[in-house]
Amino acid sequence: MDFGFNQEQEMLRATARKFFENECPSTFVRKMMDDPAGVTPDFWQKLAEQGWLGLIYPEAFGGVGLGFVDLAVLMEEMGRAVMPGPYFSTVLLGGLAIQEAGSESQKKEWLTKISGGAAKVTLALTEPNARWDAAGVTLQAREARGGFTLSGTKLFVHDAHTADALVVAARTANAASPEDGVSLFLVPKDARGLEVKLLPTMDQTRKLCEVTLKDVSVGADALVGEKGKGWQPLARVVDRAAVALCAEMCGGAQKILDMTTEYAKIRIAFGKPIGAYQGVKHRAADMLVDVENAKSITYYAAWAVDEQVAEAPLAASMAKAYVSDAYRKVAAAGIQLHGGIGFTWEHDLHLYFKRAKGSEFTFGDATYHRERVAQLINL
Amino acid sequence: MDFRLTPEQESFRNEVRAWVKQNLPKEWTSRVISGPDVPRVEAYKFLREWQKRLFDAGFIGLTWPKEYGGRGLTFLEEFILHEEMALAKAPPVLNILGIAMAGPTIIAYGTEEQKKRYLAKILSCEEIWCQGYSEPNAGSDLASLQCRAIRDGDDFRVTGQKVWTSIAQAADWMMLLARTDPDAPKHKGITYFLLDMHSPGVSVRPLRQITGDAEFNEVFFDNVSVPAANVLGGINNGWAVRITTLMYERLALGFGLQVRLRIALDALVGLAQRTKTNGDVASKDPIVRQKLAQLWIDTEAFKYTGARAITKLLKGEMPGAEASTGKIWWCETHQRLQDIAMELQGPYHQLMAGTDRAVDQGLWQYTYLRSRANSVEGGTTEIQKNIIGERVLGLPKG
Repeated sequence: MDFGFNQEQEMLRATARKFFENECPSTFVRKMMDDPAGVTPDFWQKLAEQGWLGLIYPEAFGGVGLGFVDLAVLMEEMGRAVMPGPYFSTVLLGGLAIQEAGSESQKKEWLTKISGGAAKVTLALTEPNARWDAAGVTLQAREARGGFTLSGTKLFVHDAHTADALVVAARTANAASPEDGVSLFLVPKDARGLEVKLLPTMDQTRKLCEVTLKDVSVGADALVGEKGKGWQPLARVVDRAAVALCAEMCGGAQKILDMTTEYAKIRIAFGKPIGAYQGVKHRAADMLVDVENAKSITYYAAWAVDEQVAEAPLAASMAKAYVSDAYRKVAAAGIQLHGGIGFTWEHDLHLYFKRAKGSEFTFGDATYHRERVAQLINL
Repeated sequence: MDFRLTPEQESFRNEVRAWVKQNLPKEWTSRVISGPDVPRVEAYKFLREWQKRLFDAGFIGLTWPKEYGGRGLTFLEEFILHEEMALAKAPPVLNILGIAMAGPTIIAYGTEEQKKRYLAKILSCEEIWCQGYSEPNAGSDLASLQCRAIRDGDDFRVTGQKVWTSIAQAADWMMLLARTDPDAPKHKGITYFLLDMHSPGVSVRPLRQITGDAEFNEVFFDNVSVPAANVLGGINNGWAVRITTLMYERLALGFGLQVRLRIALDALVGLAQRTKTNGDVASKDPIVRQKLAQLWIDTEAFKYTGARAITKLLKGEMPGAEASTGKIWWCETHQRLQDIAMELQGPYHQLMAGTDRAVDQGLWQYTYLRSRANSVEGGTTEIQKNIIGERVLGLPKG
């Protein structure tokens, strides 16, 4: 048993930290908050050059062939920089769905393009019913003229407005179990009847869209995976993406703790640095406990999904439950210990505070995942 | 990163598992922890025998050097051992203060004679150790302790008092911190002694706790003679001796804590699955499910955070921030677990051992009360947070 990172992973961490300090300072993040695209072509290309867009994809498809523990290291650093842009939606959602369910030719085409920075793909899963389980997929796909016709609305879709294609989860059959009858379709951005609306979001570093499909026709070759059997691969994508998100959240939480302890050392009140007072010191210690536990449980989950051990779904849910609460609490404590300055637009804390809130609900909050844990431990 | 065991580790796990299956005493919990009705002496006798059996089978002192009765294995085998003990719901190890504190300190600072004299008997439970640190006026501020040791030829003469001394009534030896230089700054004038509890002038007075039980004690020293050969790590160097071994203690005690938390959690899940509330079992209640799942998650987090610290030790590195959080986390989680156990029992939670109406023979009532001490003993949560704030986060002292 070895619960640590190897030398290559430590190097990846160091490289990534330096890269984001140079390429993704908060001035850049703030520019991208106001920019509808949320990313520049230049920045995206640099991610591709680093090999990070294809980090987890097989080398045969232009990727680097690394695993989820490696990815966790990178995602932590991205979270530390509150990196904007469609990395998560492209690599962990759309791309991963194609990797998990797609045909060889779909993988070859899309994963290669994604790895090289030539395409962005997102996943359209959730709907206005805001459910994360299979029953939430109600968008209809009817078989017609050798293909399918898709009709319905998807909501909270990450970066659909900049994606070249969307993997859309749709219902092709209403079976006894909601997990049967879910199918995945690859819909190009210019499909007729596809409408994408960018929504104003609390976390401006992460763009969310409403996607409406009005009788969108796709060919049979648009099907990703087997008809009616889309939920299984989708569930794996969601677990994996949730774990990657947890790693990103850990990086953000650690950054807040760093900012807060630095501030507590230099901010003087009543003649002493505020960090000398136990009211501040103890809250900072609470933050550290949360951050360290969040990392431990996330690293374990990253290993578990990577190795596809039987406990992987449980590990993913344990991580998402813990980290969802932890990041929100740590971000709130960070603002509190900074006082008034922490509440200003000028200070970077709110970028993390808002990212924490958005991430908390993505793929289910702590309450949702605790119930899932209860089911998985046969309570 | 890899959570799988090597074939050697796997075979060690199987060795432990097979042995425990053969040797686990039946119905031990009710014999050991059922409140004041069972005399402590009887419980100690049972636990002493259990540790001796573990020792004879080679499962005590795994990480200690072979020449002193250990097996020269790593913290990883220790981790595996404790996990197996948790799964089997095995009794606790009685001489834990000797194994987790006195022993490692003697290994680090002891002379060859001291190592030969004390170590093997700690493991076999022939000699039980207690810890003489806290005093009536020196608890969290331990360095202000006043118990005096005055040089007298080849001996020291100890006079003073210790308090909250767990297991002193059964102990043969004490790790004693006493002041040898009252003129030095408070951290500099303390010496670490190995004190024979059977010496003339030592008196032990059990203190009755909120459980009704007397687990800890007051210990009085009236001009007790301690040979200078029983100084550990040099005169006036006691504070450094104590600090250096603190981290290993935390880790080693942490293994035991993980076991206890897992055993308690499994029992709580069982309780929830058979306790009816409003006509259905409590484990089907959505709010109870939330609370139990959170405990499950927090227990796992405790384990993995410990595993990160062990990994660093195995690689020859010093554990970082992850090693400092365990005690606080354990207390918080265990006390919450005990609160939930009471809640599940509804009005039955009021019944102690001694009536058939009591749930699980009143075991939960005992552990609920006992758990209040968790955040006080071995360094209060407040002191732990100071330590994290100052030593890990680098915040200034108050």
